[in-house]
Amino acid sequence: MRVVGLMNAGLMLALFLSVPALAQDNEIEDIRAAIDELRADYEARISELERRLAVAEQNSTQAVYAAQQAQSMPSQPADSGSSAFNPAIGVVFQGFLTGYDGEPQEGEGFAVGETELIMSANVDDKFAAYLTAALAFEDGESELEVEEAWVETTALPAGFSARFGRMFSGIGYLNAKHSHTWDFADQALPYQAFLDGRYVDNGVQLRWLAPTDLYLEIGGEIMQGEDDPSGLGASSVFTNVGGDVGVSNSWLAGASYLDLDATTSLSMAHFVWKWAPQGNWKERNFVFQTEYLERRGTSTESGWYAQAVFQPIQRWRFGARADQLDLDGDDPRRYTVMMDWSNSEFSRLRLQFARSESAFDDGNQWGLQYIHSIGAHGAHTF
Amino acid sequence: MRRLMLTLLFVLAPGLASAELEIFACEPEWAALAEEIGGDLVDAYSATTALQDPHYIQARPSLIAKVRNADLVICSGAQLEIGWLPALLQKANNRKVLPGNDGYMEASSFVVRLDATANLDRAKGDIHPQGNPHIQTDPHNIAAVARALSERLAKIDHVNSEHYAKNLKQFITKWEQALSGWEDLAEPLRGKRAITHHKSWVYLLRWLGIEEVEHLEAIPGLPPTATHLAKLTTEFSSGGADVIIRSPYQHAKPSEWLSERAGIPAIILPLTVGGTEGATDLFSLFDDILERLIEVMGDA
Repeated sequence: MRVVGLMNAGLMLALFLSVPALAQDNEIEDIRAAIDELRADYEARISELERRLAVAEQNSTQAVYAAQQAQSMPSQPADSGSSAFNPAIGVVFQGFLTGYDGEPQEGEGFAVGETELIMSANVDDKFAAYLTAALAFEDGESELEVEEAWVETTALPAGFSARFGRMFSGIGYLNAKHSHTWDFADQALPYQAFLDGRYVDNGVQLRWLAPTDLYLEIGGEIMQGEDDPSGLGASSVFTNVGGDVGVSNSWLAGASYLDLDATTSLSMAHFVWKWAPQGNWKERNFVFQTEYLERRGTSTESGWYAQAVFQPIQRWRFGARADQLDLDGDDPRRYTVMMDWSNSEFSRLRLQFARSESAFDDGNQWGLQYIHSIGAHGAHTF
Repeated sequence: MRRLMLTLLFVLAPGLASAELEIFACEPEWAALAEEIGGDLVDAYSATTALQDPHYIQARPSLIAKVRNADLVICSGAQLEIGWLPALLQKANNRKVLPGNDGYMEASSFVVRLDATANLDRAKGDIHPQGNPHIQTDPHNIAAVARALSERLAKIDHVNSEHYAKNLKQFITKWEQALSGWEDLAEPLRGKRAITHHKSWVYLLRWLGIEEVEHLEAIPGLPPTATHLAKLTTEFSSGGADVIIRSPYQHAKPSEWLSERAGIPAIILPLTVGGTEGATDLFSLFDDILERLIEVMGDA
């Protein structure tokens, strides 16, 4: 600025010195015009310089941001050929300590539940694959059981999806849920009685999701079944509907039909309701679910369960469940309460107490359970 | 039979293809941005609200149905939604919006992220290896995502690319004007120190030149513990922090407890659009944030 001022002054002086003392008015006007022009020219150049300075300052901020990024970016490990494209791998550890009242019974004491090894990845642009293997130690022997090993399409049009391999059937609500996601240490009675825990089989599943705002899914399966020489002995069809009520409530309802073999079939219905204030699941939430199962074979048997789990504050949950079976000659019933504490989403400790009543036996059972997972942990379904 | 078909049509019609581009945003800030850039040509839906912790969302049926019908899914990314978004994508049977395709967009991949780390150990709590995902609290980041979003919309909807470019230009002009206003307003905040409940504010604090001195959570993602809060009380009773900041969905008790005992004002800042009464869109989001900060720390 000072240089320009000096130049301005110098120019004015030069102009005055070069003009005769007796200059006329219009010559003074010319001089003034020339000075104004010069001033305008310099001011334009100054504002141009100021603009370039502002841009440079902004660029330097960007440079600082970029430098921070370069500093904070983790160094990527070089692709080492065979270990590239690794699947997501996780392991879930479970263990139990159970006790019964009265006489010592089988199953009491410490037991390590299934240790699940879960792996999944995209196969290519059209398929994804998923494996769950369960490592168990039973009767003094180690067992490796393939729970699920399936391939699923990812690119079918019109809302379709197909899955093939060994899978937990899509019937019901609890059927496809892994034991480490259960809200109680043991499976609901109707599932134990009619499906031996859950229905898992080899086969093909096709699902269709309707293009509506209301969630509507229809699916069907053709599975191997048991004792059928054709290898296509079992089939199922199922549907799920769901939506929200306001911001705080979500629900899911469904019905399923499973044809186990020529003589046996299973009909099921389920309903789930989840609540969290403002839909903020983290702090406080409540879940209610119930299922009804009816097996028609040589005779008709049915059963149901209903459970509720409440999380009043982060980490603590309290649950209660009632199961009942309606069998030939017996109506077993069980009441269970549980309390669990989760240090994080990856570890859980549970205390559970149950009272069973049936025509043959009444008894109480208590249990402690731990569920801990490491590695990649897939997103949980509703 | 005809009546059945008609009824079916009425039931299905609302969900059938409409002229607008269906945008599924994981968080409200991206739905708001999509509306600024897309205008009347898009219908933007936000999966979460500002009152919900986006780490813990149920992958519920209504969201699956929305993803099923979406033309574009836009989320913060950097594993913020890792607990629920993959379940939605897997069940929605919509190949257009799967990662790797044009219909899938992670906002945080278009900005420079802080705190990326190769040290992945869950003993350290909730770690985001690709960096802090809460990028929406720095208006410079919003501008960068706006440019990327406009390009992406033009890519999946070529016919209307001029419209998106025009909206982008209008938005950026308004935004840059607002930005210089905010930066002038925020001068007195430089050099102040803040304690935050969770590391959700790193981009905002960097932009404003406020130092983040401590967190209420001893380990990110796990709730504040009594021991840690007691330690903070001793450390900051005689100065060292000017404000305690938390998001609307975070538990009030820890901030209020520390505020009472250490004599530091505790405030709520909206983490995204809708977080407070004043934060109704992207512009008023930052107006509200600055107003709240200046009210507490504005006197130099």
